[in-house]
Amino acid sequence: MSSKYDVLVIGGGNAALCAAISARRGGASVLVLEGAPRFYRGGNTRHTRNMRCAHDAATEILTGPYTEEEFWEDLLRVTGGQTDEVLARHMIRESKDILNWIVEQGVRWQPSLGGTLSLGRTNSFFLGGGRAMLNALYLTAERLGVEVEYDAEVTDLVIEDGMFLAARLKRPVKGETEIRATSLVAAAGGFEANIEWLKQYWGEAADNFLIRGTPYNRGSILKMLLDKGVQEVGDPTQCHAVAIDARAPKFDGGIITRHDSVVFGIVVNKHARRFYDEGEDIWPKRYAIWGRLVAAQPDQIAYIVFDSTVVTSFMPTLFPPIAGQSVAELASKLELDPAALEKTITEFNAAVQPGTFDHTILDDCRTEGITPPKTHWARKIETPPYLAYPVRPGITFTYLGTRVNKEARMLMKGGKPSANMFAAGEIMAGNVLGKGYAAGMGMTIGSVFGRIAGREAAKHARN
Amino acid sequence: MHGTRILDEADRLMTVCNSCRYCEGLCAVFPAMEMRRAFSDGDLNYLANLCHACGACYVDCQFSPPHEFSVNVPKTLAVARAESYAAYAWPPALSGAFARNGLVISVIAALSMAAFILGFAALNDRNVLLGVHTGPGAFYKLMPHNAMAVLFSAAFLYAILALVMSVRAFWRDIGAPIGGRADGGSMFQAIRDAGELRYLHGGGVGCYNEDDKPTDRRKLYHHLTFYGFLLCFAATSVATLYHYLLGREAPYPWWDLPVVLGTLGGIGLIVGPIGLFTARMRRDPVLLDEFSYGMDVGFIAMLFLTGLTGMALLVLRETAAMGPLLALHLGAVFALFITMPYGKFVHGIYRFAALVRYAQERRTAA
Repeated sequence: MSSKYDVLVIGGGNAALCAAISARRGGASVLVLEGAPRFYRGGNTRHTRNMRCAHDAATEILTGPYTEEEFWEDLLRVTGGQTDEVLARHMIRESKDILNWIVEQGVRWQPSLGGTLSLGRTNSFFLGGGRAMLNALYLTAERLGVEVEYDAEVTDLVIEDGMFLAARLKRPVKGETEIRATSLVAAAGGFEANIEWLKQYWGEAADNFLIRGTPYNRGSILKMLLDKGVQEVGDPTQCHAVAIDARAPKFDGGIITRHDSVVFGIVVNKHARRFYDEGEDIWPKRYAIWGRLVAAQPDQIAYIVFDSTVVTSFMPTLFPPIAGQSVAELASKLELDPAALEKTITEFNAAVQPGTFDHTILDDCRTEGITPPKTHWARKIETPPYLAYPVRPGITFTYLGTRVNKEARMLMKGGKPSANMFAAGEIMAGNVLGKGYAAGMGMTIGSVFGRIAGREAAKHARN
Repeated sequence: MHGTRILDEADRLMTVCNSCRYCEGLCAVFPAMEMRRAFSDGDLNYLANLCHACGACYVDCQFSPPHEFSVNVPKTLAVARAESYAAYAWPPALSGAFARNGLVISVIAALSMAAFILGFAALNDRNVLLGVHTGPGAFYKLMPHNAMAVLFSAAFLYAILALVMSVRAFWRDIGAPIGGRADGGSMFQAIRDAGELRYLHGGGVGCYNEDDKPTDRRKLYHHLTFYGFLLCFAATSVATLYHYLLGREAPYPWWDLPVVLGTLGGIGLIVGPIGLFTARMRRDPVLLDEFSYGMDVGFIAMLFLTGLTGMALLVLRETAAMGPLLALHLGAVFALFITMPYGKFVHGIYRFAALVRYAQERRTAA
């Protein structure tokens, strides 16, 4: 390892690798520091599957056009306007070219074949998923001469007056060292795996959160940058959470622990009471709200309860449902009060109105006379065995980040652009995505701003 | 619960994979899995034989070891595949041949070659055995053509019978719920998929062998081996037709069809197995069924020996070495034939049947 590089990239996911490749193609010497071991490299990219890019016409893998304007409208809707329009529109414009650029970096697309997502028009799917995408990017980066170090924990950043000078590094074998570089690209993600940090906003409830990605997304780089004068963006208290199986591992359960069976039954808390309209909205909105709803319940646990008639209506699940021949038996297996669960289900069944079930639209199957209501897809739960999935909040990512401009250059407090510090990916996603989420958007932010950050970082290093 | 530990593990993995499905673009195994929510023994044996061991799903999997979900589909299906060969072997009494397959194949090959040498030596005068024979009928001075034809036809027909009985059992086991006979369209699709090794391709990226880079060349070596084998088989068939229909007796001149086919095939049967053997030795143990070493290498060695002795016979057929070489070549081919139903050869048969089944399922689903 030479002592000084043109560009130092901290992080090892999609954004980091796009930045490293782009900087290297721009003529810079590049070192990538990935804090995780080699197997866990790539942060949340490991668990992704697709990317949302604008395109004016159907392609081999995309079933129809998805214009810049439509992309913008989708972004506006999911964020409720909490986005930087100039930056967002810039990203959307750049996303068009990413569809081809990412292929030139060795990533392969596949047609959307199955699964539950109907994203064939808007989103492009990685052949083999996110880890396959990462493998391709690493292979390309290494072939181009990018150096990569794993288990590389950055302990401090030397920043003077908005100017990056060096990073202090602690390595398990080779010990501590200091790495100097002309430019810095910070692409080290958010702090979703940092339970202590989450507790600042969520209190003890955060102990019951499950983290969908690796334990290495600790946000230490983000914290250092904010502590050293970089302007912050995004709501620090917010994170993206979905309801995942309570039996999932604490970290890195990824996509396979998700549940999307809420609409086919009811959801009760540990007191066996319903607490929200299970039929409020169609995917993906309902997918994204239930993590937060469960987080607000006592002990951060809830149970999706349904009966045997709907068991094949959703994708097979990693963990089998817990079953009981009677509601009381199910309740005792879930350690809920049997009488309370029986009461909830009896009242729910009595409130169900006749209707024509169709889970693809907001149908007319609803309840009347109970609070909260189930406004669509309400059907009686009456055919044993009775089944349930226990769920907890699964934290995907956090919104707090570093403010950047169109060059992916970090802005310091007061608005002055940094001389040589750039950011890409989840660490700056809050600029574009102030809240909410739409499938594949995180990867778009990563690739687009990664590519820009690498290019600008190399340009700075050459001058 | 299933009949064996490996099927239990395969069931666990398919449950994990079915709730993920990121690999569905890589090969046929995952789309076939997606058509099911639960897996019978037959389903798992079907999926195991559909797997071409390209390794891509292991390298691409976010849950492969050291992740606690410990998803290793290539290795698990490789073990299940090997066990399925024994489970469907006919007659069942001979299924034990798969347990120590390398030893079984070696012993049979050695005995077969020794028998031909001894037979040649016992039945022929020393001057004939070590003499120089040229011109039509040269080979038959050592062993009469009819004796050769009867012996090899019998061995070949037995192999066919045993293979048919085995694949019938397999087909019945994996056939539900479609069942019944294969239709022509599915057969044609399967012939194409097998002929081009469509699924030994990592979905288009390439295959994995020694590390996590898609630089594997097993597909090329397999093509050389398989088409080399077919060319040699064609050479023998053409020669048989020459003999009986045209009355033309071997050996034939170098430019004649049986020799051209045999030479090309022989080169394939030498280069291909060397490549496959090298790849087998370099394969990342994490992707391998380590208990199949003897079976894998035994079959590769049999093909290599067949090719090598055949080529040696061609080159040296006008010298005194012809007699012993003919004995060795016939011994190798005879051993190859009779061990076909009890060695790695069956992988091609079961995989082809699985591809037919997959083509049927795709048609039914479409």
